[in-house]
Amino acid sequence: MNPEKVVFGFFIVLSLTLNFGFFIGDIDDPDHHHVYELFAVLVVNLIATILKFGDRSQLGAVLLATSLAAMLQLVAAALVWTVAVHVTGTGLTPAVTASIVSLSGGAMLANVISVILLIIETVMLRR
Amino acid sequence: MDNIVYLIFRRMRRPLITLLMVYSVTILGLVLIPGEDAAGNTHYMSFFHAFYFVSYTSTTIGFGEIPFEFTDAQRLWVTFAMYAGVIAWLYAIGTILTLVQDQTFQRALTESKLARHIRHQRDPFYIVCGYGETGSALVRGLTDAGQHVVVIEIDEFRSNMIQLDNLRLYVPSLHGDAQKPVHLQDAGLQSPYCQAVVAVTNDNEANLKIAITSKLLHPHIRVICRADSHDVEKNMASFGTDYIIDPFDTFATYLAISFQLPCLYLLQAWLFSGDEAELEEPIYPPRDRHWVVCGYGRFGKAVYHRLRQEGLDVVVIEAEPDNTGIPPEGVVQGRGTEADTLIEAGIERACGLIAGTDNDANNLSIVVTARELNDDLFFVVRQNHSDNSAIIEAVKADIVMHPSKIIADKIRVLLNAPLLYQFISLAYYQDNDWACELVARISAVLGDRAPVIEQVCINDDRSRAVSRVLARGENVKLGCVLLDSWDRQTRLNCIVLLMERHNERKLLPSEDTELKKGDHLLICGESSAFTRLFWNLQHDNILDYVRTGRVTQQGWLWRKLAGKKPR
Repeated sequence: MNPEKVVFGFFIVLSLTLNFGFFIGDIDDPDHHHVYELFAVLVVNLIATILKFGDRSQLGAVLLATSLAAMLQLVAAALVWTVAVHVTGTGLTPAVTASIVSLSGGAMLANVISVILLIIETVMLRR
Repeated sequence: MDNIVYLIFRRMRRPLITLLMVYSVTILGLVLIPGEDAAGNTHYMSFFHAFYFVSYTSTTIGFGEIPFEFTDAQRLWVTFAMYAGVIAWLYAIGTILTLVQDQTFQRALTESKLARHIRHQRDPFYIVCGYGETGSALVRGLTDAGQHVVVIEIDEFRSNMIQLDNLRLYVPSLHGDAQKPVHLQDAGLQSPYCQAVVAVTNDNEANLKIAITSKLLHPHIRVICRADSHDVEKNMASFGTDYIIDPFDTFATYLAISFQLPCLYLLQAWLFSGDEAELEEPIYPPRDRHWVVCGYGRFGKAVYHRLRQEGLDVVVIEAEPDNTGIPPEGVVQGRGTEADTLIEAGIERACGLIAGTDNDANNLSIVVTARELNDDLFFVVRQNHSDNSAIIEAVKADIVMHPSKIIADKIRVLLNAPLLYQFISLAYYQDNDWACELVARISAVLGDRAPVIEQVCINDDRSRAVSRVLARGENVKLGCVLLDSWDRQTRLNCIVLLMERHNERKLLPSEDTELKKGDHLLICGESSAFTRLFWNLQHDNILDYVRTGRVTQQGWLWRKLAGKKPR
């Protein structure tokens, strides 16, 4: 067992599960989507991205790409939240909540691809 | 470039994760710890404010407590956050700085710079393996002539020295063992612009390996190798190395030429030595009495055999005859630097002396001692290091043999104008008067300028106008293209030395020779003559003028006015 692989797999899967947790619920209801969850998703995704740095294989490159896509979506979601609450003062209206959650939904799709790639890599590994 | 990015990312993983963890823990703490607003109500910090606060404290900027003054519980947490954040940043920056100074990183950086340069190289270039005495002389000669070179050198110091050598062009130098295929590939062996590989390391085995690798990976490339032993030469020849150069055999051949055809020797030395060439007085090595050869190593043996072939008596002086072998006539034991050895070798009755040991100081000492004993000797001195040029020149030997320079000149000729080499081989079968006459002709054309040698091919690319005329079924005489396009009564200052047509070579072809497609011409002349010559070969109007003396109308209107039909 390679401890590096364990940590790697753990963070990739955790970023998907947390992302799913944040995403699930009514899309425009702010009560179903907690800010702490978004924070956790962001941090775990960042860790997963950094872990993928410096992997020279083709699969590693694609994994990094999916992670970067997820990061982009999540940062966009966090920015929308910050701007709505602190800058414009609109607050979490159903429209704002819907856009935040849909952005995180996109990130979840990227995370799903990451996990699928991880599974493919595991299956292809012949021992 | 990829390498560097990966290297940075790989090394930065740990510091980045540390930084991220410190940020997220401190931000989370700030969000969770209750604070108070101005009115004393409980207030929780938002993630945005927490991130802002942590960003400016951990980078030691510090703007104060926002959005409200902190409670003591918050201050306790912030104290921890500040130390943790600053340490995490120091760790990350420290890692980057270490990385930048790291040897591996530096090498990766140089290698990627080099690889980029070679990838973007859009001019023909040569790969030179080994930047020793020969390599540096060769690289200087090639770059002075405006040719691009890539150097592979095993010694890091010498490889770095190239950039300090003040060469005319930028010469990328790869530090590595050229025996390893990967280094040759990095140097651009498989690039379509790579013209030739020259292996001039001081190791026969390495040269052999370079030749094999080059021929296997890029079969059509020209490979030129230096070899000191006949075994290795045979091995190299067996897989199609184009030219194998043995410095000692080469010099022995030169010496033989100087015995038989002094004028040809003169011509060769003049044409081969490039820009700094000066025509010297012909030398006539004496052959009336015996010769003394000091040193019976590789050089001594090669010279000894040549002198014997010339029918001369030779006395050999050798310090360690047990190691080098003994010639049939026996050997005088000693170094030759002391008078009694030289006297034993009969120096007073000899007519020539060859100081051919592998030590420059000894060679000089031999010459000085011998000159005291016999002033009329003809001296041949072997020079081993180019640094010693000044002192070797000071003893005023008749011939100085510097193996590195000989090889460098020869390789340069082979790369630039291989026909010149053929020319010398053919000229060897002519007599001395022929050679003397040729020297006189060339020096009359050139005056005191240095000769430029060019090889010209009659093809669509390099001589378009001639090809077009030939395609129309008309003929072009060799004499025509050698006329001055400003005034066809005068001739360009150049001489055609050799013409090659379908493996048939003709020395000094006559002016009436008709050019055919695929002809190769070896031309020697002054540099300005070549500019005009290339115009004659390339430009339709100019060629028409030098052929017929008429200026044809090329524009549509002028052709109409002249009443000719457009072609």
